[in-house]
Amino acid sequence: MRWWDRCTMTFRALFGRSAAGARLDDELGFHLDKQIAENIAAGMNVEAARYAAVRSFGNPALLREQTRASWSWGWLESLLHDVRYSVRTLWRAPGFSVMAIVVMALGIGANVALFTVVRGVLLKPLAFREPGQLFTLYEADSHHKGHNGNLPVAFGSFTAWQSATRSTVEMAAVSPWQDYNVSAEGGKLPEKVDVAWCSWNFFSELGVTPALGRDFTEAEDGPGAAATVVLTNSFWMRRYSGDPGIIGKSIWLDAKPYTVIGVLPPSFVFSSAFGGNTLQIWLPVKHEAPPSLLTTFEHHEFLVIARLSHGVTLPMLVDQLAALQKQIQISHAKPAVHDGATGHSMLDDSVENYKTPLYALLAATGCVLLIACMNVASLLVARTAARGKELAIRSALGGGMLRLMRERLMESLLLSADGGALGLMLAWGALQWLARARGDMNRVEAIHIDGVVAAFTLGVIAFSALFSGLVAAFSSGGKRLLATLQESSRVHSGGTARAGLRRFLLVLQVGLTVVLLVGAGLLLKSFQRLRSSDVGVPVDNVLTMHVSLPEARYKEPVQQVAFLEQLIERVRAVPGVQAAGLASVAPGEGWNGDHAMTVVEHPPLRSNEVPDLLVRGAEPGYFAAIQLPLLRGRIFTRDERLERAHVVVISQSAARVLFPNEDPIGKHLRTTTEDTVFEVVGVVGDTLWNVNAPMMPTLYWPLYGNGYSVATIVVRATHDVESLALPVQKVVSQLDPDLPVSDVMTLREAIGKTTVDSEFDSLLVLAFAVIALLLAAAGLYGVLAYLVTQRTNEIGIRIALGAQRESVLRLMLADGLQPALIGLVVGLVASAVVVREIRSMLYDTEPLDPGVFAAVAAMLLAVAALACIVPAWRASRLNPMQALRME
Amino acid sequence: MGKPNDLVQGTLDLLILKTLRPEAMHGWAIAKRIQQISGEVLQVQQGSLYPALHRLEQQGWIRGKWQESETGRQAKFYALTAAGRKQLEAETANWNRLSAAINLIVSEA
Repeated sequence: MRWWDRCTMTFRALFGRSAAGARLDDELGFHLDKQIAENIAAGMNVEAARYAAVRSFGNPALLREQTRASWSWGWLESLLHDVRYSVRTLWRAPGFSVMAIVVMALGIGANVALFTVVRGVLLKPLAFREPGQLFTLYEADSHHKGHNGNLPVAFGSFTAWQSATRSTVEMAAVSPWQDYNVSAEGGKLPEKVDVAWCSWNFFSELGVTPALGRDFTEAEDGPGAAATVVLTNSFWMRRYSGDPGIIGKSIWLDAKPYTVIGVLPPSFVFSSAFGGNTLQIWLPVKHEAPPSLLTTFEHHEFLVIARLSHGVTLPMLVDQLAALQKQIQISHAKPAVHDGATGHSMLDDSVENYKTPLYALLAATGCVLLIACMNVASLLVARTAARGKELAIRSALGGGMLRLMRERLMESLLLSADGGALGLMLAWGALQWLARARGDMNRVEAIHIDGVVAAFTLGVIAFSALFSGLVAAFSSGGKRLLATLQESSRVHSGGTARAGLRRFLLVLQVGLTVVLLVGAGLLLKSFQRLRSSDVGVPVDNVLTMHVSLPEARYKEPVQQVAFLEQLIERVRAVPGVQAAGLASVAPGEGWNGDHAMTVVEHPPLRSNEVPDLLVRGAEPGYFAAIQLPLLRGRIFTRDERLERAHVVVISQSAARVLFPNEDPIGKHLRTTTEDTVFEVVGVVGDTLWNVNAPMMPTLYWPLYGNGYSVATIVVRATHDVESLALPVQKVVSQLDPDLPVSDVMTLREAIGKTTVDSEFDSLLVLAFAVIALLLAAAGLYGVLAYLVTQRTNEIGIRIALGAQRESVLRLMLADGLQPALIGLVVGLVASAVVVREIRSMLYDTEPLDPGVFAAVAAMLLAVAALACIVPAWRASRLNPMQALRME
Repeated sequence: MGKPNDLVQGTLDLLILKTLRPEAMHGWAIAKRIQQISGEVLQVQQGSLYPALHRLEQQGWIRGKWQESETGRQAKFYALTAAGRKQLEAETANWNRLSAAINLIVSEA
């Protein structure tokens, strides 16, 4: 029990210090009284006895000190003393302290926020059972790259993969890009929701147990089975207010009844490189997908989630599957059959797109923190210099070097800790904002401030304190004790030498700032390019919205076409509508399907390479409504519909790819999957499908009759197109009150959604760069102002001896601008190296853009000159008499 | 007369522990007992006694307790703990070894 005794002793010594002190006095007093009593007994009188006793007792204060020192908290006592002393010194310079704390708070806050995001999004394992064993598999093709080379998988391939690896790998197919209409029921509005099809074993493979009910059984994952549905927690909470009675009830999807068998836990979020975090409903794939889709190798509609047994590695599996896929490609030699396979960890698949931007932002905040530390260090150095005499006297009186250094460190630790506390609050606010502003980001729900983040914050605080404290401590130059004591303001060497360190810090600071500014400039320019990039049609005053017709109610294509035609006629009649049309998707609003096409009139141009065209359905009025120019031939006519719908209009770039140097009009195209032949009747202008992505050759065929049950209504007005949203929606609900209208937005908003990444990254880096620039300017100003004070005498003498004020101004300006210039050069060179890393974030902008580099250099010089001009001006206005009298 | 700093380093601890072995006593009594038993040769100064007592208490070898003294006044009585008893044995053995060795050298001449 000795350790226990020691613990209690230690605690008593720590927390009962004053009581323990009083008891010690009692104990010593008792001893003294005993001594007095003995002296009296030996025959002394009272007075003499007391004197003798006190004499033999020695120095009671010293004795008390020595005894206290044996209590094991001596170091704490002296530490508390240091803290008190530092607080008092900092308190005496509130301006300095507040500035330093704010600077630190910005640096630390930005880092903590970004670290929290990086950890939540990129580093935290997925919330599934043994997430390290989960991988996402794709097809690959040697002739055709798609989304980073990851091509979705055909169900036929999936079945083949699954049976070939059954013993070592558990596989499930997921198709996360379906959508269904949920019918109006019990007073709720109809709505369109994002739905995923999945294999029945998907949830058990991930290790997800429904919060309510159960997941799919193997029998339910089949064409003849009863219709079942599993809801996500958010959908259940939102639409059914968390009613547990929903299990066993029916809900209507696309006008067909489905029995709810389970509700997923709130923690369940699926995300992939192809999205998924907006999914609301899960359905068993074999019950939903048309039978042809389940056997084909040519329609690529699925991701494959694989759980590998221990001992199987991803490269082994990918090799096996690639070989298998190659076999499939040989035995089904169609152009749309891919010849390879690839895969990533499920985590990488979900966050790959965010890696570069997040790490770039983290690097930017790291720079900001370094700059902030240097600024605080520089401020501390200035203070140390100002207190040079005090420190010298203290070391002359025996103040230990380490003890003095400890004080510097304590000061910077206090500043960093305060800054850190403030920074943590800033970070918390920033994360709240981020979660709202970037709800679209995969895994945004995993971002939380937790123990690791707290530890990281402490680490950053310790780093900042050590960095700025040590720099300040080592610059205090304790060795030149005598010199400092003798130094009067007539001797200038000491002051300028000390400023050398600050100048060096400034060069680094300016260099880092330049790197940040260049990065921000490039991202901003790229964002500007993106915003101004031409999608191919005028985007102003265009309203778009989606409707999709449930197949159960609109079974026959004739019914669908009749409805859509009636709809667009009524929309055109709405007052204020200048033109309106229907298409499967508007420009800039996404991929929305592609087909490989061959030209009937001649063999493939290059062997094995079949041009891939984006395919859009369009109604004849669409081209006029969206103002897509017709370049050759004609648009399809109103009666080219249903079985007469085998005509297409192609974009200019499609014409170039398919029919180089020939007239496309009257030629024929054949889809490689269905073997249907289409006649080319016209050529229209090019459009972008995504403003972030390169243009794709595009093909338009009639919306009426190519199996479209979804449509985008495009409305153009002369002004205030937003005000038409309600009237148009009313038209839809008059025709069918059960039909939900979704994604009502202007074309500009729709395009803005795809540029949000770029906007977000560029604005954040710009904010960091501005902070860095301000800090660097403050640093420049501080150093020069300090130098001017140091050299007041010298300048006074110069002016007294006849120096022109202009030449003094020039001299001081040169002094201040020198580190800025060196820093600028260093920074520009460093930027040239660093910007290569963010190449993938840039759109239509070269990393070494001379305009950005020049603008950054000009801006930095301007800010530096501004920061230097005030102290330099003040120096040149010095009154020589006053300056000389200051001594 | 031997001053405390003449005592071999660590010997004071041994003396205190040894003195406390039969019964608990306060600082004054400890000093007196050492003085008596050593035939007035060793006189423990307060300046080393109390730091030593507190150090031993910190180490858990003795435990202090406020009790009424023989004169009726409150005094801090120190008693040996189990750990202290073990420590006393160790230090006694050590001392015996050391003093025997010194004796050998001193009596050689």
